[in-house]
This record gives sequence, C-alpha cells and structure tokens, in this order.
Amino acid sequence: MAKILKMVTQRLALGLLTLFVVSMIIFLGVELLPGDFAQEILGQSATPETVAAFRRELGLDLPWYTRYLDWLGGVMQGDFGKSLASRRDVSELIGTRLLNTLFLAAVAAVISVPIALALGVLAALYRNTIFDRTINVFTLTSISFPDFFVAYILILFLSVKVNIFPSISNVSSDLGFWEHVYRVILPALTLTLVIVAHMMRMTRASIINLLASPYIEMAMLKGISRSRIVTHHALPNALAPIINVIVINLAFLVVGVVVVEVVFVYPGLGQLLVDSVSKRDIPVVQASCLIFAATFILLNLTADVLSILTNPRLLHPK
Amino acid sequence: MTSKGGEKGDVLLEMRGLCIEGQSEDKWNEIVHDIDLTLHRGEVLGLIGESGAGKSTIGIASMGFARPGCRITSGSIVFDGMDLRTMSDGKLRRLRGSRIAYVAQSAAAAFNPAHKLIDQYTETPVQHRVKPKAEAEQDAIALYRRLRLPDPDNIGFRYPHQVSGGQLQRAMTAMAMACRPDLIVFDEPTTALDVTTQIEVLAAIRDVVEEFHTAAIYITHDLAVVAQMADRIMVLQYGDLVEEGDAREMLANPKEEYTRRLLAVRSFRKEEEPPAMADPPLLEIRDVTASYGGEVVVLEDISMKIGRGRTVAVVGESGSGKSTAARVITGLLPPIKGSVLFKGEELPASYKKRSTDQLRHVQMIYQSPDVALNPRQRIRDIIGRPLEFYLGIKGKRKTERTRELLQMIEMDPDEFMDRLPGELSGGQKQRICIARALAADPEVIICDEVTSALDQLVAEEILKLLQRLQNELGVTYLFITHDLATVKAIADEIVVMLQGRIVEQGPKQDILTPPHDPYTDLLLSSVPEMDPDWMDNLLADRAARKARGEKLMETGDQ
Repeated sequence: MAKILKMVTQRLALGLLTLFVVSMIIFLGVELLPGDFAQEILGQSATPETVAAFRRELGLDLPWYTRYLDWLGGVMQGDFGKSLASRRDVSELIGTRLLNTLFLAAVAAVISVPIALALGVLAALYRNTIFDRTINVFTLTSISFPDFFVAYILILFLSVKVNIFPSISNVSSDLGFWEHVYRVILPALTLTLVIVAHMMRMTRASIINLLASPYIEMAMLKGISRSRIVTHHALPNALAPIINVIVINLAFLVVGVVVVEVVFVYPGLGQLLVDSVSKRDIPVVQASCLIFAATFILLNLTADVLSILTNPRLLHPK
Repeated sequence: MTSKGGEKGDVLLEMRGLCIEGQSEDKWNEIVHDIDLTLHRGEVLGLIGESGAGKSTIGIASMGFARPGCRITSGSIVFDGMDLRTMSDGKLRRLRGSRIAYVAQSAAAAFNPAHKLIDQYTETPVQHRVKPKAEAEQDAIALYRRLRLPDPDNIGFRYPHQVSGGQLQRAMTAMAMACRPDLIVFDEPTTALDVTTQIEVLAAIRDVVEEFHTAAIYITHDLAVVAQMADRIMVLQYGDLVEEGDAREMLANPKEEYTRRLLAVRSFRKEEEPPAMADPPLLEIRDVTASYGGEVVVLEDISMKIGRGRTVAVVGESGSGKSTAARVITGLLPPIKGSVLFKGEELPASYKKRSTDQLRHVQMIYQSPDVALNPRQRIRDIIGRPLEFYLGIKGKRKTERTRELLQMIEMDPDEFMDRLPGELSGGQKQRICIARALAADPEVIICDEVTSALDQLVAEEILKLLQRLQNELGVTYLFITHDLATVKAIADEIVVMLQGRIVEQGPKQDILTPPHDPYTDLLLSSVPEMDPDWMDNLLADRAARKARGEKLMETGDQ
C-alpha cells in the first residue's frame, strides 16, 4: 500500500507540473490569436482612443508575461480572476457549468460502461458467431457517425416521432435529481452510442488475447465451463488495458462533449469554453482548460491505481 | 480406482487407430499416425520421444481434447467404456478435471496469476460438485502436506508468483488430484526444473500416484526420468510408434535402433588431453562482484582462470549467477569490483570501451538459436557480417570464407548460403550460431546453455562438433550449463556455482571423484540415471545418511 501512496503522490506532483505547462501553452496560444478582446466588445466603430482606454482599464496593455504571472499568482490563492466579458468571478461562472458537465458525463458513464463490458465479454465468449458480428457491426456503425448526427437521429425518433424524451436539455439547479436525469437522457444516450464501441472492442480483444494462455488451456482441461473461463479466468487478467480505455473514454465524456452540448442546448462547460474563445475571454478559457487537463491527469492516475489493484503481482509482492 | 468400479488391471483407456492432424499455413498435415494405446487402471505409461514426436498431442487426446490448430481425424478413444470422440461437449467437460486430470509442463504459466493457489485447487471439485468449498480446502491442505510442500496450512493462500517453480509443480499435482481422478496426464512436469528440484517433484508425484492408485500417462523427452516413473514405455518418433514394452525390459534390452540411440545418449566423452595451463592464462576473472543494480549481489568474489585450448564448464542451477559471469566477461555488465584479464592484460569493464580486436577475441553462442539469429537475414549475411566487421574481409573473399565456415560446421554451402533461419531446424540454427562465432576468429567462445533448447540426439551432435572444432582450431571454451551430462562429456575443468559464489573448482577428475563438496554431491547425485531403481536407491541412501546424523545439503526447493 505504501508503494501505491508513493506513486499517487509522485503522480500528483507531476500532474501539478503538467497543469503549469498547460496553462502557459494556453495563455500563449490565446495570445497568438488574431484580434483582441477590447476591439471585439466595442465593435468596428469604436475610436482608437476608446479601445486603448478600455484596454488599459482591463490591464490588457501590460506585457503578456506580467498578465500571466498576475493570473498565476491569483490561481495559487484560489482566485481564477474575473471574466472579461461579464465581469463576474470565473469560479462562479464555471461552477454550475462544471457540475452540469460532470452530471451528464456520470449519467452517460453509468449507462455505457456496464453495457460495453457486458457486450465485450459476450462477444469474446461467442466470438465469430452471428451474435459477435452483429454487435461489432452495430457498435462500429454508431462510432462511425459524427456525434451530432447520432444526436439528431435520436431526437427524431425519441422526441419527435415518439415523444418520450425532451429534445432540449435545459436544466437549472432547482430541478429534482430524477427530473435532471430525465432531461439529459438524450445527450447521455448519444454519448453512449459514441463511446461504447471503443470500450467494448477493447474488452473483447483483451479477453481473446488471453484465451491462448496456458492457464486458459488448464482451465479447459479442468472441465470449467466456457462462460466461467471467460469471466473468472480471462477477464481478471485483462482488466488493466480495459480500465485504461474506459478511463480515456470517461475523460472524453468530460472534455469532448462540446458538440453534443450545443445540439441539446445543454449549459455545460464545453459551450462556455467555445463562447469564451470566440470572445477572447482569456480568464474563462484558462480556467476551463485547466479543469480539462486536471480531469485527464486525475482519471489517468485512477486508471494506474486500479491497474495495480487488479494485478496480484504488484499488489502482493514476493 | 476401486470406488468408481473396476479393479486394478482392468483396461481404463483404450485408443485405436488414433490420427491427429495439425494445421500449418492453411494446410492440414497428419502429425499422429494410427496410434494404438492401452492403459490399465493404476498403471503408469511413459510416452517418450523428441520434439515433434506427437507425445503431448497424444497425451491430451486422451482427454478428448485437441489444441487449437489440431484436430482428431480418426480412431476411437474409449475411457472406462465411454467413447470420448462421440460424447457431447457437456459430458466431456464434466469428465475433465473430475475423472481425467492434466498436469502441465510449466506450472508457472499454467496457474492463473489472478487467483490464489487454493482457489484454483477448489475450483475443480466445487464446479464438478464433488465437494463443497470448505471441505475441498481441508483436502487441499492435506494433499499439500502429503506432497511435502513447505508450510502446507498457508501456502495455498499465496498467489502463483509468490511460490517457487518446484513448489508450483507440486501444487499443480495436488490440484490434479483434487477430484481423485482415475487418470492423470503429466506433460513434461519436471522439464523446466533444476535437477535438485526435479527429484523432489518426481518422488512426490510417484508417491501420490501410488497412494491413490491413479493411472498416469507420463510424457517426457528424458528416458532416465521415465525409467523412474513408468511401468510401461511407448517410444514415439514423428507421430509413429517406434517401440512399446515393459519399462525394465525395454531399458535392459531395446529392440529398435532409435530406442538404442536414445538410451546411448550422453555417452559421448572427450578423449584428448587438454594442453597444459600456461602463465598467464588466456582469460582470467579476478575477484569479480556484480549486481543488476539494487542491493542484491548476483556474483560475489568470483575468480577463475581459463587456459588456452581448454574447456572450462561453469555449472549451477538457475539463479547461481553463471550467465551473469558471462555477461561480465563480455563487458555487457560492468562489475562493481574486480577485473577481467585477457592474456594478462586487463580488459575495460564495459564493452563500449573495448577495442574491436578485444571484442573479437571473445565470442558468444546462446541458448536459443531462434532468438539469436535475425530471422530476416540470410545465412550468407549472418556469417558474413562478423567477417567484415572484425576482419575487414569483403567481396569475393568474404563469400569464400563463408563457404569454408559452413563446411567446417558440416553444412553444405551450396544448399544453405541463401536460406533464412526460419528454413532451418533447431540443430542447424545452432550450427550457424557456431559458424558466426568462429567467423570472428576468436580465442575464447562462451557457450551459454547451447544445448539446453535442443533434443538430446541433436545436442550430442553439437557437442561433438564443438569438440572437433577445438581439436582442429585450438579454440578455448567457457561452457555455461546446468546439465551435468554435458559437463561430463566436454569439460576439462569444472567450476561449480551456487547463489553467486563458487562452491568448488578444479580439473574434471577431481571434481567428479568423491569426496565431494556437499553441494556438488547433491548436484551430481540428483542427475537421473537409466537404472529404474536409481531414484529409490538414492532416496533411501539420503534418508539413511540423514538418519545417521550426516549433514546433507537441503535441496534448493525446500
């Protein structure tokens, strides 16, 4: 256990360093974009004097590194600064959006992960049968379509033709839990269709890969049933790669859902980020990107810890 | 087993006209031809042959099973009155593990790394509804004790990687016994083990098989091992039966030429007297201590001298540090302390700092020629490369020299020059490795277990070739091996290693003649002999000496 703690601490320290580098890259990246915030807000008709005055007021006339260091100092104290556009605190602006995004990701994960695992195990068990091929064709088809297309198809069938679910996922904090779930079900289903294939195929491949191992042959010669061989003898040894793919997909659920959020007009972080980039609202962009980067780092750390926990060689050394 | 009906001596398993095909490159070739096999209750049948003899395939077929890429095409397999070939999959599955069990060659690979030993033991009785889990656990502990595993109450609650190879092999035998089957198929169960460990496992297997009157098919390539285990022996070659008969009778009196050759294996002995030891010696290792990083020292204060034109054999079990010594000599692993001297001159510790000429003088041949040869290079390039790299030989001269080298290793240059390694047999590949080492025109060749991966008859040919080359070229060998038969055959001097230290070293006669150092004694006495009573006598002798209060070296596995 001490080993795991040490690894977690090391990774977290490395993660912080990564975040720092990421923040710098983002800052420079936004800096390189043509146009600037003051011009954007005041419009084409503003006189150069007004623009300059506005820039001075926001501190945009200072060199980029001064602004960066100011911002960094604030972040260290938990202050992400104020949004240039709305003059509201960034943390306040992002807070509810982040919760919404995480909620949608959680609903999608709860639906998709068990489905992917179950389908993967079944496909491995009945590999090269009609069942296996059907699952493969279905999941590959759904991953091949762009996610907005899948979204519109779902809207067409589940909310236009048969009105079961709302096509617009407008949520607010006063909704009850189940009402919230009900409103995000369509985006969650869209995301499920997009990510199931990847996880399911990795599960199937990892298990099949192990079926040639001597201990699987041993299990067959012990007269163990096929389903038990797959779930009890192959799956536990295949978990590490499966966990890694699941985690990559969970990260995608948090950071890669912009389009789906736009389609369903869902007030998540992705939409906020897109809006802020077009407005050159650097503090919001910075904070959102840091959250995305942190998500990746934390999820990958979780994957590594889980991989160790599922591997007796690492968990119980000699 | 009498409780399931039937007396000892009744026919338990009968195969008639068994043919099995194997798939290679989309074509099915017959690999087992029309084999008849009869096994009685309580009888141990030895299946023996070299690789490709089909012994393992036949053994597994007795469970109605064919490995992926194999298929049983004709014949009948009747087990206790039931034809396994016409039986439904479900019925067959219920038979496996409960009435016919299997013990695999590598227990380390055949145990599932994700589960504890005892859970893998209890799985069979629980799944076949023979015993409830708690009862099966008690039974497992009793069997672990019976098989003399250390700490039998707790060893089952460990994972496979936490247990040594010999112990795993015994735990696997226990697992096969879990449902008290009528028949166990042992597929080379001791091949991967050290000799001192092997004898423990063999004794344990024989004890339980006798106690429970289990019939067994014992598959091995080692005639001396099968002599200890089997009542009856079937000799196989290329999927055909060569000879079948009572074990003692066959060993005393083999009918077929092939059996005689198998029996005569390991009789090769070097005849020439080695040249005297000169001063300074050709190669010397002085007070070498080495490790692979970390605190564990793999070699501790090793010193040895190797004289020109002589063969020094370094012998020891796995983990004794013998291969590490080779890595130090070649400069692959710079030692922590000590030095390597060539003709009295100290060599730089790392190969990176050695001159081309210094590198040229020490060449290596490896255990596994499959891995040591680049599968994409033709023989001409494999041998030509050191010629060009070390000696600057190019063009026509290179081709000529390559042809000479091929002739030297008794391979036809016209036939083999342009082949790829994949088109050669194991023995031929090892010959190419020898030619490649010779191409550099070296003074010393380090042979690291060069015969271990080969069949015995092929291995003997390689030893003869190496000896002939030494006689003709005066090259010096450092022979690293765990196989004492090889040592007896080819060595002038022997260095015995144990856990990174040298136990004993000296001329072959001195080391092989008693009195021995206790470890050398253990090592020498553990090598199986063709005499079917060898193991009984040895175990009785060891027990008697222990009873007299003599201090005996414990085997590596206890």
